[in-house]
Amino acid sequence: MDGSWLNVVWYLIVGVLLTGYAILDGFDLGVGALHLLAPGDHNRRVFFNAIGPFWDGNQVWLVTGGGALFAAFPHVYATAFSGFYLAFILLLFMLIFRGVSIHVRSLRAAARWRTFWDGAFCVSSVLASFLIGVAMGNVAWGVPIGPDFRYRGDLLAQLHPYAVLTGITVVAMFMMHGAIYLVMKTDGELNARVRGWVRPCIVFFVVMYGITTFATLLYVPRLAEPFRAAPWLFAVPVASMLAIANIPREMHRGREMAAFLSSSASIFLLLLLLGIGMFPELMHGNGPSGTSLTAYNAASSQLTLRTMLILAGIGMPLVLGYTFHIYRVFRGKVELDSMSY
Amino acid sequence: MDLVLLSRIQFAVTIGFHYLYPPLSIGLGVALVVMEGLYLRTGNPLYHQLTRFWVRIFGLIFAFGVGTGIVMEFEFGTNWARYSRFVGDVFGGPLAAEGIFAFFLESGFLAILLFGWDKVSRGMHFFATVMVCLGAHFSAVWIVVANSWMQTPTAYHIVDTPVGPRAEITSFWGMVLNPSSLDRLGHTLMGCWQAGALFVVSAGAWYLLKRQHEDFAKTSIRIGLVIAMVASVAQLVSGHGSAVTVAEYQPAKLAAFEGIYESGANAELTVLGWVDEENRTVHGIRIPGLLSTLIGGDPSTVVTGLDDIPVDERPPVQTVFQLYHLMVAIGMALIALAWGGGLLAWRGTLFRSRKLLWVYVLAVLLPQLANQLGWAAAEIGRQPWIVQGLMRTSDAVSDTLTPGQVLFSLILFTIIYLALFVVFLVLLDQKVRKGPLEEDLSHLRREA
Ligand code: HDD
Ligand code: HEM
Ligand code: HEM
Repeated sequence: MDGSWLNVVWYLIVGVLLTGYAILDGFDLGVGALHLLAPGDHNRRVFFNAIGPFWDGNQVWLVTGGGALFAAFPHVYATAFSGFYLAFILLLFMLIFRGVSIHVRSLRAAARWRTFWDGAFCVSSVLASFLIGVAMGNVAWGVPIGPDFRYRGDLLAQLHPYAVLTGITVVAMFMMHGAIYLVMKTDGELNARVRGWVRPCIVFFVVMYGITTFATLLYVPRLAEPFRAAPWLFAVPVASMLAIANIPREMHRGREMAAFLSSSASIFLLLLLLGIGMFPELMHGNGPSGTSLTAYNAASSQLTLRTMLILAGIGMPLVLGYTFHIYRVFRGKVELDSMSY
Repeated sequence: MDLVLLSRIQFAVTIGFHYLYPPLSIGLGVALVVMEGLYLRTGNPLYHQLTRFWVRIFGLIFAFGVGTGIVMEFEFGTNWARYSRFVGDVFGGPLAAEGIFAFFLESGFLAILLFGWDKVSRGMHFFATVMVCLGAHFSAVWIVVANSWMQTPTAYHIVDTPVGPRAEITSFWGMVLNPSSLDRLGHTLMGCWQAGALFVVSAGAWYLLKRQHEDFAKTSIRIGLVIAMVASVAQLVSGHGSAVTVAEYQPAKLAAFEGIYESGANAELTVLGWVDEENRTVHGIRIPGLLSTLIGGDPSTVVTGLDDIPVDERPPVQTVFQLYHLMVAIGMALIALAWGGGLLAWRGTLFRSRKLLWVYVLAVLLPQLANQLGWAAAEIGRQPWIVQGLMRTSDAVSDTLTPGQVLFSLILFTIIYLALFVVFLVLLDQKVRKGPLEEDLSHLRREA
């Protein structure tokens, strides 16, 4: 299976879809993680309705990312999902519970009903974020892959310390992102309260980010090689630090939108760092055969890559257009009415 | 228990639960377009109230459809890894297209449908309703295309790769327009329309029995019945088309549908019956020559029997036969219910007969049942193949898994899906009982 520029383009597209997912679903997962901190029923409803119109569309980025992986790199789709079986089944359960809890929580008045679904929403959001981070950590660290592309490791090995570290980092990142989003969506007393959460969340994230970076440089130096080979790439980690540093600055000036964009940029740049470090690998193999899954050996035929590129080229601009429009329609502070969650 | 069986059961359970919700969202989507369209044309607040009420129900169904659907998207990778490697080049495309063209559209405009009443103009809101309905139909298009390729694979060639042979596409549109796609798409969509239509009728009939919301109820029933009249007949036509395609491309499945053992002309169609697998015959009401006539236009058409199919390529006959016949029987009943009900509603007698109204309250179950039966017949009838003639289901499973892991996930899925289904029913019941709100009649939207 030889490759071409199409393989590279599909590597980018899958990256863009998953980055889109992290930025968009990232904020509503973060809102979920902070949910139980909201005092009282009314404020919790405000939280649900802050993400109400968006969470499902955000999640579709993951679904489409999965579909794109299946279409463009079927071996990665097969090896990753069957190899990380229990982790993914758990993630799927979390996503089911999240979606359902958002929708049903306010449909009954009973306090026990609401408490249960509030809890389900928070726990599933935290665990889903954590599992996404664990998956990222495993992909970066490497897993044993046989010459037949089959996963050869055992299931508990996936919870090694580096993966736990990336898992917690992702939770922290989404919490920061979600807290900033909530500042944009709330007003009055709740707004003041939410504002107070932003700083601890940033600190939590920056600490985790620092530890993960150290661990990566020490134990996964492979990811730093492309940067040594082409020093101009150092612009990316520098931009990443600047984006993070810019968040508290914008918050301080009261420009929440700019802070949110900075936080989005820092997620984007973090994933870009990972992508540069990994390229052209999609799953690093550290088994005895040394087999890795790459944009070339794991890909579909050139004809499929080309056809799907045309379809994506027609479809994605439309998606971006109306998604942007819908975010505009629902901009501004949350107001509850009879159709709200 | 063995890995293949457990994986099959898990797939059947997860898709079976998922497929409770899509038919309702697709069918109700059509009803919503009709209702809101009528409101825009007539300005009658009753239609506005109808739309608002059914949108709230739609949102509930949608949430459960999404939750269970996410699982399906990844289950090919988790449980059918060898299948995914073998057909990814062909099968991944439609799945990705479904995300790009269907799910984004549905979920995006759903936001406006549910929450946008006071934020956009009437026209824009109607546009969003149409887009949600269209998105739901697109998702049926792509998933049915993918599944149809598994039934009647075309436009591929087998290529040897370092990790084994796999199917690669030779023409994308050839794959999309494989021989069974169009009939099966039409048939699946009509099944969804019937599910949505009878759902609306059922709630209306229930209100009439309770003597509540009478105008609202009668209008719901009329709209539902009109959709059901169209869909029930189209169901028969597209089902017939599917059967003809099955006869040509999946003779073993057709033979199992009708319990045909000996190949030959003048093949019988069974109306109701029992397969006597031991004596290789069917007992019941049989009409000689009708199957041959339906398939080929005249009784001399030869229909392949199971005797001419290798033993290890036959599906389980009795199961497939009964699933299929029950579906067809329900199909006939639904035609009678839709047209009979239409006639009586037009005369006005339908609304006065409590017995008849009870029939229509319960009729909501029939399309749901037929939808499940139809998929089961089509999928089990394809066995032992996962891709007809190319790959066996037993070769498709992820062999890195242990039976214990799949058993574990299967038990969890079953428990959680059952619990969620109960939650769904409780909430649905609550919403229907609550009925349309006064506020929905008077609610005035900001005109843009
Ligand atoms: C005939 C229609 C039909 C069929 C056969 C299927 N689905 Fe489905 N699916 C829909 C019709 C649908 C829908 C109408 O578009 C849903 C259901 C309710 C809803 O809200 O969207 C949906 C939701 C839905 C979602 C969630 C989308 C979102 O987040 O908005 C996913 C990922 C899937 N489905 C995937 C699948 C897969 C992989 C299937 C096959 C194995 C499958 N569906 C069978
Ligand atoms: C279009 C989407 C699909 C729908 C709605 C669907 C529907 C169904 C249904 C209703 C069953 C239940 C049969 C039973 O009661 O045992 C079933 C079984 C099954 N389906 Fe599908 N199917 C779809 C696509 C697929 C695909 C793409 C695969 C390939 C991986 C697949 C593989 C199976 C398997 C392995 C079973 C196990 C049951 C058996 O032994 O027959 N299906 N499907
Ligand atoms: C009116 C008489 C009917 C006939 C003659 C008929 C015929 C068929 C046939 C031949 C198939 C198998 C297609 C295949 O394996 O490729 C099928 C499948 C199916 N049927 Fe029916 N059917 C009828 C009624 C219904 C009704 C009333 C419903 C639901 C409301 C329904 C829902 C389905 C579904 C969901 C499938 C699986 C998808 C597919 O393969 O198209 N059918 N039907």
